[in-house]
Amino acid sequence: MSDAIEIRALRKSFGRTRALDGLDLSVRAGEVHAFLGPNGAGKTTTIRILLGLLRKDGGEATLLGGDPWRDAVGLHRRLAYVPGDVTLWPGLTGGEIIDLLGRLRGGMDAKRRQALIERFALDPTKKARAYSRGNRQKVALIAALASDAELLLLDEPTAGLDPLMEAAFRDCVNDERHDGRTVLLSSHILAEAEALSDRVTIIRDGQAVETGTLAEMRHLTRDFVDAELAGPVSLDGLPGVHDLAVQGTHLRCEVDHAALNEVLARLTAVGVRSLTCRPPTLEELFLRHYSSERTSAGARG
Amino acid sequence: MTVAARTGPAGTGLTGTGQLTRLALRRDRIGLPAGVYVITVLVTVTAYGLKKLYPTADSRAALAATAGTNPALRFLYGRLDGASLGSLTTWRYGMWAGIFVSLMTIFVVIRHTRSDEEAGRLELVGSAAVGRQAALVAALLTAAAASVAVAVLLCVTLPLVRLPAAGSAALALAIGCCGLAFTGIAAVAAQLTSSARTARGIALGALGVAFVLRGVGDSAGAGGPSWLSWASPLGWIQLTRPFAAPRWWVLGLPLAVCLLGTGLAFELAARRDHGAGLLPDRPGRATASDFLRGPFGLAWRLERGLLLGWVTGYAVTFVACGAAAKGIGQLLGTSSALQREFSRLGGQAVIVNAYLAALMLLAGLVAAAYAISTILRLRTEETGDRAEPVLATATGRVRWALSHIVLAVVGAALLLAVAGVATGLGYGLRAGSVGYQVGRMAGAALGQLPPALVLAAIAILVFGLWPEASVPAAWTALGLVVAIALFGQVLQLSHWVMDISPFTHAPRLPGGTVSAAPLLWLCLLALALAAVGLAGLRRRDIG
Repeated sequence: MSDAIEIRALRKSFGRTRALDGLDLSVRAGEVHAFLGPNGAGKTTTIRILLGLLRKDGGEATLLGGDPWRDAVGLHRRLAYVPGDVTLWPGLTGGEIIDLLGRLRGGMDAKRRQALIERFALDPTKKARAYSRGNRQKVALIAALASDAELLLLDEPTAGLDPLMEAAFRDCVNDERHDGRTVLLSSHILAEAEALSDRVTIIRDGQAVETGTLAEMRHLTRDFVDAELAGPVSLDGLPGVHDLAVQGTHLRCEVDHAALNEVLARLTAVGVRSLTCRPPTLEELFLRHYSSERTSAGARG
Repeated sequence: MTVAARTGPAGTGLTGTGQLTRLALRRDRIGLPAGVYVITVLVTVTAYGLKKLYPTADSRAALAATAGTNPALRFLYGRLDGASLGSLTTWRYGMWAGIFVSLMTIFVVIRHTRSDEEAGRLELVGSAAVGRQAALVAALLTAAAASVAVAVLLCVTLPLVRLPAAGSAALALAIGCCGLAFTGIAAVAAQLTSSARTARGIALGALGVAFVLRGVGDSAGAGGPSWLSWASPLGWIQLTRPFAAPRWWVLGLPLAVCLLGTGLAFELAARRDHGAGLLPDRPGRATASDFLRGPFGLAWRLERGLLLGWVTGYAVTFVACGAAAKGIGQLLGTSSALQREFSRLGGQAVIVNAYLAALMLLAGLVAAAYAISTILRLRTEETGDRAEPVLATATGRVRWALSHIVLAVVGAALLLAVAGVATGLGYGLRAGSVGYQVGRMAGAALGQLPPALVLAAIAILVFGLWPEASVPAAWTALGLVVAIALFGQVLQLSHWVMDISPFTHAPRLPGGTVSAAPLLWLCLLALALAAVGLAGLRRRDIG
């Protein structure tokens, strides 16, 4: 399978601020790829370089087989983009803006446009000045989703949408996946990435710190164990057990996959009344990558 | 404890005004003092320069006899009462200082009211313990402070160049009060529409109307509509006659406008919702028309209302000014001494032509301002993140930029054509031979297009190469050119300085001679500057 986006050691500075510091990112054709990081990590800068709006300082970036700076106009015919902070022309209506962006891109599907307007419950006759933030977001989303682009670049697309609309958005992205379109979804909403993405790249301070499927990442991490026991148990000193908390017969801890077998054996030896054992949520993975205290605590443990 | 008991002191509609005024002063801490300083220095230096250039009473009387009665100069600068140094200063810069103070107050008022409201900043402020009228009061206080500062400074500096203290105070107050009048007008404009751009346009339009009213009134001869000057806040400055038996009561007129305007603004503000104008937004089209399909369609859609307003303003203004040119001949017919003086200068036709040529120069300068504002819209689109979605489509940067540039060039040409045709029509209808007048005035007006395009090209250049500075740099270039065009000859600036302005190289039509070479050079220069700017745009970061 070829790569829709291929980025190697990408660097970009604004004055003294280093926004991207050797970023690597590869998005395979046909996958939904989540691009996760806190505010200011460099997600938007990366997307702007991919759009040819910013000029890279160093490294390589390939988009749909072309150079994002040199071949910008040709490449833009094949992609659709939703900015993170959607600002629209206040005097134009939502319907007019959707049509304009579609035409600028080189065409859109009128039937799908109508279906999306209904799905997102947008009033296309309102002037953009009167739209709320969520409605502005919807305008940009409908314009992008109604296009027949092969790549969608979505920069925090659900910020400002209510939960109902967020669900509609997830359905749409799943439809896109079935149609074989590639999606790069930048986000700090973890549940969204968890629900939608095939693969994830986590970025911090302009560098990719982790990339892979969620299954691969969890492989590197621990499971959470929460158990109510028949009697007291001691797991102290057992290798692979972290953050142990015992209150009477209630036990909570994090366990490395390699140690799981041994822990369960000890628990069943005492007698188990209830047991929850679950993989970490992306939220917890995320915290581990971005909270320096936790990172150093993990290194000690 | 009940919830009610927890609410703080009730406060009034003015709670927080002090805080907001300090915020406004903080945001304007560079622009406002700079504006006050420049206006004060310009007036003071003019007084000093006139003193050096016309040291004797005889030389001043000669200047007053010619320049003060020339209708073209009276249209541009206003009335001259007497031949004292103070009177000459009032004639030369009194009204223009009023224009500059008014521009400053208009921008300050709109910036701190409707701009903040449209951008949503006032919503954040309004959610704090801030009274309903606090933001408007803070904006008015800031603008009024600037006007008062100009008046106070001029009261001090004009006597330093040996102008009589009473006259200096009258002139300083007249200029400051003019700023106060437009503070009130801008406050009303800020309530009318939900768009800051339109609000600014309304207030600037009022300033333009005030300029033309007094221009026609001031240049009108005996029996002409000289009462029109009384209908204009800009006319009141010279009608105060600061250095020739001051009419202090005239100062009450701008103060009344200020009070009426602010009162009306508060009344309107109390009757509307936050964020709304007086007219409710109506639903628009659900789909885009066929015309809105590319960057050019978008640029047209964004700019058409403004261009239409400019064209209407140009048509009305120049028909009136053209018609006023006939009155100039009548003025000269009434006084035999003046008749002899002007015959010596070349006769009535020459004077009328000089007046018409000055009108065309003004049309060119204002058309340049239109072109610059249309090109700088590119920068507004860029910083407002609205360029990004367009450039993320199959639209190249140069094509995107050209959409606004073409509109700027075509718009400026259209405005000049309208100015020429309207002037020819206005003059021709009263003086006869409409067809001939329309033809020659249209040609004269379009002669101003190449220098206007050079200024537009400078805006493109800075937008491409140094986007952060593009707005101040482009307007500074225009300000410099306006200063040279209006005041260069009187201040007897050297040819080297005069030659900086592209308008110096355009033919003085009607009446002058035309040679193609300078126009061609100006066009080539404009093309070269624009090309460098576009090349820069292709290389730089967006946003």
